[in-house]
Amino acid sequence: MISYLLKRLVALIPTVFFVTVIIFGLQQLLPGDPAIMLAGEDQDPTVIAYLHKKMHLDEPLPMRYAYWIGGVFKGDLGESLRIQKPVLELIQEKLPVTLELAAIAMLIALVIGIPAGIISAVAKDSAWDYLANMVALWGLSTPNFWLGILLILLFSVSLGWLPASGYVSPFEDLKANLAAMIMPAFVLGNAIAAVLMRHTRSAMLQVLNADYVRTARAKGLPERQVVLKHALRNALTPIITLGALEFGTLLSGAVLTEQVFSIPGFGKLIVDAVFNRDYAVVQGVVLFTSTVYIVLNLMADLAYFLVNPRLRG
Amino acid sequence: MKKTAFAWHRTSYSGLRWGAGFALVCTLLMAGVQAQTLRVGLAEDPDVLDPTMARSFVGRIVFASLCDKLIDIDDKLNFVPQLATSWVWSPDNKILIMKLRPGVTFHDGEKFDAAAVKFNIERHKTLAGSNRRGELGPVASVDVLDDLTVRLNMSAPFAPLLAVLADRAGMMVSPKAAQENSTGFGSKPVCSGPFKFTERVAQDRIVLERYANYWNKANIHFDKVVFQPIVDATVRLANLRSGQLDIIERMAPSDIPQVKSDNRFQIARITELGYYGITLNTGKSDQAKKTPIGSDPRVREAFELSLDRSGIVQVAMDGEATAGNQWLSPGNSFYAKGTPLPKRNVARAKALLKEAGVTNPVFTLMTPTTSDAQRIAQVVQSMAKEAGFEVKIQSTEFATSLNLADKGQFDAYVLAWSGRADPDGNLYSFYGCKQPLNYSGYCKPEIDDLLNRSRTVRDPAERAKLFEQIAAQTNKDRPIVYLFHRNWLWAHNKKLTGVRAIPDGLMRVQGLQFK
Repeated sequence: MISYLLKRLVALIPTVFFVTVIIFGLQQLLPGDPAIMLAGEDQDPTVIAYLHKKMHLDEPLPMRYAYWIGGVFKGDLGESLRIQKPVLELIQEKLPVTLELAAIAMLIALVIGIPAGIISAVAKDSAWDYLANMVALWGLSTPNFWLGILLILLFSVSLGWLPASGYVSPFEDLKANLAAMIMPAFVLGNAIAAVLMRHTRSAMLQVLNADYVRTARAKGLPERQVVLKHALRNALTPIITLGALEFGTLLSGAVLTEQVFSIPGFGKLIVDAVFNRDYAVVQGVVLFTSTVYIVLNLMADLAYFLVNPRLRG
Repeated sequence: MKKTAFAWHRTSYSGLRWGAGFALVCTLLMAGVQAQTLRVGLAEDPDVLDPTMARSFVGRIVFASLCDKLIDIDDKLNFVPQLATSWVWSPDNKILIMKLRPGVTFHDGEKFDAAAVKFNIERHKTLAGSNRRGELGPVASVDVLDDLTVRLNMSAPFAPLLAVLADRAGMMVSPKAAQENSTGFGSKPVCSGPFKFTERVAQDRIVLERYANYWNKANIHFDKVVFQPIVDATVRLANLRSGQLDIIERMAPSDIPQVKSDNRFQIARITELGYYGITLNTGKSDQAKKTPIGSDPRVREAFELSLDRSGIVQVAMDGEATAGNQWLSPGNSFYAKGTPLPKRNVARAKALLKEAGVTNPVFTLMTPTTSDAQRIAQVVQSMAKEAGFEVKIQSTEFATSLNLADKGQFDAYVLAWSGRADPDGNLYSFYGCKQPLNYSGYCKPEIDDLLNRSRTVRDPAERAKLFEQIAAQTNKDRPIVYLFHRNWLWAHNKKLTGVRAIPDGLMRVQGLQFK
């Protein structure tokens, strides 16, 4: 286990390096001079020249990469030129918001997706199965922004139950925080729930036909135990991988949801940074998100070990 | 037993009375507490909150509550005192002497005086990356005459100076705070406006708190102002309708019927200082020579004649704009009346194209991806088609479009300008040879000469004559085909009174209160 972990950790280094090169390279492909965008309406040539110098845009690409990566090693991801704030501070400010949103969304997805998948598999071809499939199809095919605006109109404008948008820290007011998070988390979790449901269903269907399940039934175990203990435990392995991958999807899905609900998280940060060509922010946030994604995948691999004893050998 | 029951009733009624009284006090207190916070919905997240470095329009809305200026403008575009109480020009228009308001302090308690004005103007002019340097270019030096008198010396007469000082260049920050926090001042600004900076969570909120020693505190009726950027106009309006916001800026014109049908809300509107127009590449790059619209003024005239501006206003802006053909709206005192708004004339447009030998000119209209700009482009495309033009719409993300415009890689470009109080701010940088906003590449020595003269003359009548001449010439050359001037649309809760619509589109917090 430890040697496996070490091997995987060492393999992370070239991966992260490769990611930094890709992030930096892709950013250069963005059309438009960032200084022109950041100079604002007046387009003062002296301001544009100042920004060029400040962003090292007048230097060759490898040098610019070196400046950036040098800073990254020192824990300095640069500064947002648009609002004069260090990128690391922005990440610290936004990360908990998006993580909370993603966590609640994941919870909603799990609570809806896995039981729906199990029921759908166990009661295959029944009315429950068709209903769960219909709901899943709806969840997959509903655009986030559309569902978001509909929910706002219903729960905020018409019923006045929930705030239309914005964010309150849970440490400030937990109730207000949950009230602000529930709609965006549902919108975000909704699509993932559908994916999880479909995968749980197919994984469960496969496992339920396996010999050991038949054996378990033959032993006279109650159906509940057969399904939840024997079948589900094995079916969970691919679902964990999916869950980890979908967590990444949640982070990217948050981009649109945060925009609709004006939640000051990672998604909104990066969208605004891309449109404003705030390079340091884009690079910093993408690097951070990719690293988290890589680490999550590693954690998913480690989780196989815990769930599947055959891998431990 | 009866007595006991009666006593219980009495106690209970008295309890009820106390309860009701307590509830009333609580409600009043709560209403009082809620009424003291003004919640404002912004269309974008402002950039850095340092008047010297700031670049965005939306940032100016926050500054109006945070940083007082030397001069302000009123709804008729008159200059009115703010931190300066009076001012006088020297006969040669090269010196401006300003008397300052006594008893003003910055939010850190530091005194506002002539030395602070000198510091601020010099900071605007010298700070690396300053966006005010160009605006204050002609100001050569600042002298402190006494504690409350300051003299601005100019290298050449500069009529637009008052308008410049009525914007960010006239905003005063605390010299002590600016010196102590030279690198991060924009994240903790210290000014002298009615509200002081409390906190900012990027993309979420900017919180300002009432400044107890504000010189005009009798006109401030809130304890706190919270600015919340909400980009989507529908969501911004939903926040107003659900009671989470008290006022929102830049409401979408298409939402007006919805707001009008709800008697809890009111709309404030005023014609903007800026405009929406189509910049034509007439000389920015060689591309100008390759298209008939770039190379032949007759084709440009035909293009303008093919457009029905009122129709564009109706279709693209739901009627919430004023059709215009100049850098100022027809209601402005500097509007050149000798160059009136032309009527649509498709027959004449066709004749002009025939004369130019191009009956079906083709050009690309670059447009940012905002819904306004997209709609304008589509209406223009269909109107111009009737005269024989084939307009290809090229939707381009804003940053990219700015870059292409800067390089001259475009034929025509739909562009909006937020406008300035003095006509010079809408004109000089767009028509002066090699000026930064001259995307058209327009360059005529006689226009440069007129522009420079319009900066040196202060007499409005004389300036108006110069603008007439500029309008007459540029209307022949048409580097920019102006379309209309939008209405600034604010929607607010009816309980909020004292909302003043000022043409610069900025909310003045002085006098605002809940009924």
